Amino acid sequence: MAKNAYILALFGDFEVAAATIAALRESSIPGFKMKDVTLKSPIDHPECAAELGPRPVYIQIFSLMGAVLGSSLGFLGISSAQANFLRQPRGGFPIVPIPPNMVITYELFILTSVFFTITACLIVWRKHRVQSSLFDVQISVDKIGILVKAEPPAIARIRELFTKYHALEISESL
Amino acid sequence: MSDTFEEKEVAVELRFQPKPKDIDEDIAWAQINGDVLRSLERPRPLYWVIFFGSLWGVYCEIYQYNTGLGVADLENPQVWGLYIATFIFWIGMSHSGTLLSAILHIMHADWRKPIYRFAEAMTTFSLMTAGLFVLVHLGRVWQFYYVVAYPNERWTWPNFSSPLVWDATAIGSYLTTSVIFLYFGMIPDLAICRDNATGFRRTFYRALSIGWRGTDRQWSNFRVTYLTIACLLIPLAVSVHSIVATDFAVSQQPGWHTTSFPPYFVAGALYSGCAAIITLFIILRYTFRFEQYMTIPILEKLCKLTFAISMVWTYLNFIEYAAVWYGTDEFAKQSLIYRATGDYAWWWWSMNILGSVVPFSLTLKRLRTNIPVMLVVSILLNLGMWIERFMIVTPTFAHGYYPWTWTQGWWPDWVQVGIVLGSFGWFNMLFMLFCKIFPSVSMYEVKEMVYHRRLPRKNLKPLPAEG
Repeated sequence: MAKNAYILALFGDFEVAAATIAALRESSIPGFKMKDVTLKSPIDHPECAAELGPRPVYIQIFSLMGAVLGSSLGFLGISSAQANFLRQPRGGFPIVPIPPNMVITYELFILTSVFFTITACLIVWRKHRVQSSLFDVQISVDKIGILVKAEPPAIARIRELFTKYHALEISESL
Repeated sequence: MSDTFEEKEVAVELRFQPKPKDIDEDIAWAQINGDVLRSLERPRPLYWVIFFGSLWGVYCEIYQYNTGLGVADLENPQVWGLYIATFIFWIGMSHSGTLLSAILHIMHADWRKPIYRFAEAMTTFSLMTAGLFVLVHLGRVWQFYYVVAYPNERWTWPNFSSPLVWDATAIGSYLTTSVIFLYFGMIPDLAICRDNATGFRRTFYRALSIGWRGTDRQWSNFRVTYLTIACLLIPLAVSVHSIVATDFAVSQQPGWHTTSFPPYFVAGALYSGCAAIITLFIILRYTFRFEQYMTIPILEKLCKLTFAISMVWTYLNFIEYAAVWYGTDEFAKQSLIYRATGDYAWWWWSMNILGSVVPFSLTLKRLRTNIPVMLVVSILLNLGMWIERFMIVTPTFAHGYYPWTWTQGWWPDWVQVGIVLGSFGWFNMLFMLFCKIFPSVSMYEVKEMVYHRRLPRKNLKPLPAEG
């Protein structure tokens, strides 16, 4: 199997970039899949990214898991610690004060949810990391980049398509 | 009809004068990067002057640590003094960042975009400053871990029923979440810094930007994560100041045992935070020449928001007075009368005037568009809010249930004042370091704001030719 190559094209605005992605999707160029097309932009542009097809985000499921886990384990952990360790100083009676525990549980519920959310996001970013070293600093200024991973024979045809859509700069790497 | 066509046309033009823009949508994106990155250059000597100013507070704390709380004139019943009053003040300041970044983000108020970053930083540094006062007021600083849910070597757990444990948990959670929120929202900007820095700074920004390349998957996950944390931060912020208020409200002290304390504290927190944002807005606008981003229309919106919150605070303040005045708790009533007519009357009246009357200056367009006036007004509002916290803590201790505990006319000594002033130096030092290391204006959000404001103009179709 041939090693994949990368091609990056820079565009001046989102409309042209969106049109280029649409053309890529409708083209019959063999040797690449739409899931290997990446849009790089200086701002979030959901409308343009939508041209890439559905790319669902599952972060909030992890937030919910964190919230449930934090609140239940938090409450159980504090209560069981109080029931066990507070026996001696409180004269042998296990005392579990519900209202203060609710306050602490509420805080743990939020904190754990935040931790799960951020961890999930970092994992997703890591999972979808693009291996190519192709990056142009103009993307962090004002240009929109389209990066395509494809088999080497397809690169020439993709370059043609990018040129047809007036790409400002095109670069390739193996 | 007497009006000519031209007169009508002039009238229509006057009626539909365009409102001043929050931001000039023609700013080039490269210019936004350039302007913000320029603010990260080497600091000027004034930075170091303020840095050393905070050392006075450190000296006072060392002196108090070695000698004991007596040198701060803290003894029964005046056990809290300026420390807890200032603690509440700094906790309150921290709420503004949440208001601007989280609440206004959810409400899609895009005028917040050029100014929310420094408000978030303010939140973080206010909390860090507030946390110091918990330690300072303890006296026995080495036993600070008693306030967190942590068993000591004798297996005696802290008292979970104590509001101090709630405080520690709430403030710890809020600080952690605020730092995460601030850092996470900065990642795209840190990548811009990485792409423009050299040497050590480049390595530093590369590590912090954790491989950000602005890909569609990064943006979509970023958007959802940021929104989720924003949603989680709002109840957390409300809970923090409610819990601080509950510290007072659950006690039996006259003047504190009031149901309306939690909302009153939250409103006061938002109020002082907004006033502080106006102050920092003006200082940053002047220092970094951010006139194109921190514009007068945005200042006006901030002023209107501050005025609205000040009226909520005023309402809750009067509700508290009314509840005490028409209530049956004679001790609370006497405490209120003592505040208004006793040793601290000047301060009480100052608080009410600064907190409830001065904000009316924000309703006048001529004043709220005058930057020097707004700088003075915002400082006065915060002074009023600081006095409010002092008036909550001190008069109650000075005029409690038993006449033999009365310490009327008690006033903090130089050690307390030194530590409080030092805390302002500490906060300023942290804030200024932040502004020199991290972008204090969100570049990508300002670009989004400019982009979305350009869109309607771009989509306008040319009018059909006449005839």
